[in-house]
Amino acid sequence: MTDPEAGRLRLAVALDGAGWHPAAWREPDARPGELFSAGYWTDLVTEAERGGLDFVTFEDGLSLQSADRYQRDCRTDQVRGRLDAVLIAARVGPLTRHIGLIPSVIVTHTEPFHISKAIATLDWVTSGRAGVRLRVSARRDEVTHFGRRELPAGPHAREDLFAEAADYVEVLRRLWDSWEDDAEIRDVDTGRFVDRDKLHYIDFSGRWFSVRGPSITPRPPQGQPVVAALAHERVPYQLVAESADIGFVTPHDSRQARAIVAEIRALQDGFGRAAQTVRVVADLLVYLDDRRSRAEQRRARLDERAGREYQSDALSFAGTPAELADLLLEWHQTGLTGFRLRPAAIPHDLTQITRALVPELRRRRAFPDSYGAPTLRGLLGLSRPVNRYASAS
Amino acid sequence: MTGPVKQVHLAAHFPGVNNTTVWSDPRAGSHIAFSSFAHFARTAERAKFDFLFLAEGLRLREQHGKIYDLDVVGRPDTFTILAALAAVTSHLGLAGTINSTFNEPYEVARQFASLDHLSGGRAAWNVVTSWDAFTGENFRRGGFLPQSERYERARTFLHTTWQLFDSWHGGEIAADKASGVFLTDPGAGRFGHHDAHFDIEGHFDVPRSPQGRPVIFQAGDSDEGREFAASDADAIFSRHSTLDAGRAFYADVKGRLPKYGRSPDELLILPAATFVLGDTDAEAAELAHEVRLQQVSGATAIAFLEQLWNRDLSGYDPDGPLPDVDPVPGENTTARGRASVRMHRDPVATARDWRERAEAGKLSIRELIIEVTGRQSFIGSPTTIADTINRYVQADASDGYILVPHITPGGLDEFADKVVPLLQERGVFRVEYAGPTLREQLGLPLGPVAGLRVTSDAARDAS
Repeated sequence: MTDPEAGRLRLAVALDGAGWHPAAWREPDARPGELFSAGYWTDLVTEAERGGLDFVTFEDGLSLQSADRYQRDCRTDQVRGRLDAVLIAARVGPLTRHIGLIPSVIVTHTEPFHISKAIATLDWVTSGRAGVRLRVSARRDEVTHFGRRELPAGPHAREDLFAEAADYVEVLRRLWDSWEDDAEIRDVDTGRFVDRDKLHYIDFSGRWFSVRGPSITPRPPQGQPVVAALAHERVPYQLVAESADIGFVTPHDSRQARAIVAEIRALQDGFGRAAQTVRVVADLLVYLDDRRSRAEQRRARLDERAGREYQSDALSFAGTPAELADLLLEWHQTGLTGFRLRPAAIPHDLTQITRALVPELRRRRAFPDSYGAPTLRGLLGLSRPVNRYASAS
Repeated sequence: MTGPVKQVHLAAHFPGVNNTTVWSDPRAGSHIAFSSFAHFARTAERAKFDFLFLAEGLRLREQHGKIYDLDVVGRPDTFTILAALAAVTSHLGLAGTINSTFNEPYEVARQFASLDHLSGGRAAWNVVTSWDAFTGENFRRGGFLPQSERYERARTFLHTTWQLFDSWHGGEIAADKASGVFLTDPGAGRFGHHDAHFDIEGHFDVPRSPQGRPVIFQAGDSDEGREFAASDADAIFSRHSTLDAGRAFYADVKGRLPKYGRSPDELLILPAATFVLGDTDAEAAELAHEVRLQQVSGATAIAFLEQLWNRDLSGYDPDGPLPDVDPVPGENTTARGRASVRMHRDPVATARDWRERAEAGKLSIRELIIEVTGRQSFIGSPTTIADTINRYVQADASDGYILVPHITPGGLDEFADKVVPLLQERGVFRVEYAGPTLREQLGLPLGPVAGLRVTSDAARDAS
């Protein structure tokens, strides 16, 4: 029997501060003074869950936000400062029941052992709704914040950053499998709490780190929490194809969308992962209002306040929820699994998604009326993987 | 009696990965399901406890080169579970053990500052240090630290995080929509620290949290550990839960404070304490013995013996006499990832002592281990336990206790229901929380140094 959910459109929201537009925090309904409170994030995620969205992501970095990719920009007229994304996700976890939670983590300066158990714990806290979106960092100030490494240099610097990310995912995945599901036995007769034959050293050794294992945290409910990465070109596409469950991509039209999906599928075959499901999800920056002209005016007003046009890597869409629904359904035909919408301003564009776009998609029978699976993997149509260390018996 | 009576502080230690925790009891629940943590935290908050405490170990313990399987194994990530518990509690402090050897100050500071924001000012950090290459095999840093440098790194690590916490003073976020000023200071978060351990600078990205700095715990019992606590900690997690040992430790550590310009009430002494409650003292004593039997199975007794003897004793009968052979001297190669083996400073002398005690009392291996390890701190009826705790606190054996129940997650319930009301009746334990932050429950000032600007030059001079 085929899963009725298998081919459906998935919808997610990317949360970042007061919204993705740098002037969003000045909107009348914005709550910029509450960005560092639990209540703010709880409100956003519960709103997303009321709208039936499959998951939310949380942006993060190890330095102050900046318009410059490589260093601090010293601006004081935009949101600066933030809380750790994994901890925000954990804080909202017990207050939600269905929605997937995918915090961002910087690979370049963190320990895969720590992050593995953090995401496993997020999965325990949410009964199987955790994921992690991995980023590399080329920011010079993040290097000096940690002071223990140089960034890769030379012609292959970028490839090296992403190769390290691939090693990092390998360590996460091995550590998640380092406990078999039935390792805890509580055998009173022999006095053994665990069957140590079902705990495994992972013995990873690579160019950047070695990790012995096993994890200190038992295998999480999903077995393998969901791994995601944002990718704009070949090198990160390889990371997605080799290691991830979700690739966030940024096509600007359906032709590009089709080409990106094809490129990732081809790379996936090359890595021997043809049979595994990699979800390709397109990012869109959205300004939504009940009339297109109003959305366009709002975009113009935000740009004017920011002093310049906000340039995004993703396509910037200004229009009505119905028009966005048209676009999503058209692009969905290209092989994209779904969309991660970046609300230009929060809460306005978030509630336009949950209260106008979602009902519109439901009217067209393109989005489910309720959650159809208890885990994030389930919502994405991914099965629970067999443990790589489990002996075939 | 002069002056007001001392108030008792109480905290709850989530049952750990050691043989204090009885997993074989039919009432014992999951050690990893969130429901266990939530139950435990809610009980502690219902009882108006100061905080919940989590230990941490970054590598599974081994004995004879194999993963030790007789105790509970497996636990969550400290920061992540505490952030989740902040969602199901409103006043309970959230204290986590975080290692200063296998982490970096910038990341730990942003995690604690985030936890403090997300909990409304309830974060606490038990700063521990390790030097072993065994644990290092799980980390980029790998390797190890010379044992002599571990406290130096811990102290420097802690002070570096303080620079980060203090790099925001509290008034920088204007978020003024009309003027378009989000930050009042383009230099917000600026820090610099340059020494042999950490050579870092830049701008910290988490604005000042409700407590300013998390409450700092220290748990080391060595002379260096006590000095570290006296100079830098807000509270000590000690092992000295008996009256005499507690008073000696209390006097020793509080006596070290003046040389750091600190007064005795700036450092709380909170020993870990186990307890067994019964309707009567006699019933409790009986229960306590049963619990000790559960905690020390025959296999556990042999394992304990091996940790001191530093050799394979699997051929010995736990119900028989102690081995005639002596411990293997030198580095302990039997047990790894276990702090307790380092406390056996003279294994041969300890073994001789144990043999003499066993012979005098006609004790088997298992009976001897039950005798020499981990007898419960408080055993008795609710009245007896409440009175004992109060007496110890008033006698300056401690400022309160971090209770370690032996059953997960319900082991605290009875204490909350039966002992806490008695302490409240005696006027020595709070009926309502003092305020939203952990510092308020502990009677500690909010994080210092608001208004002090730490420039990289000043930091360089200070380090």
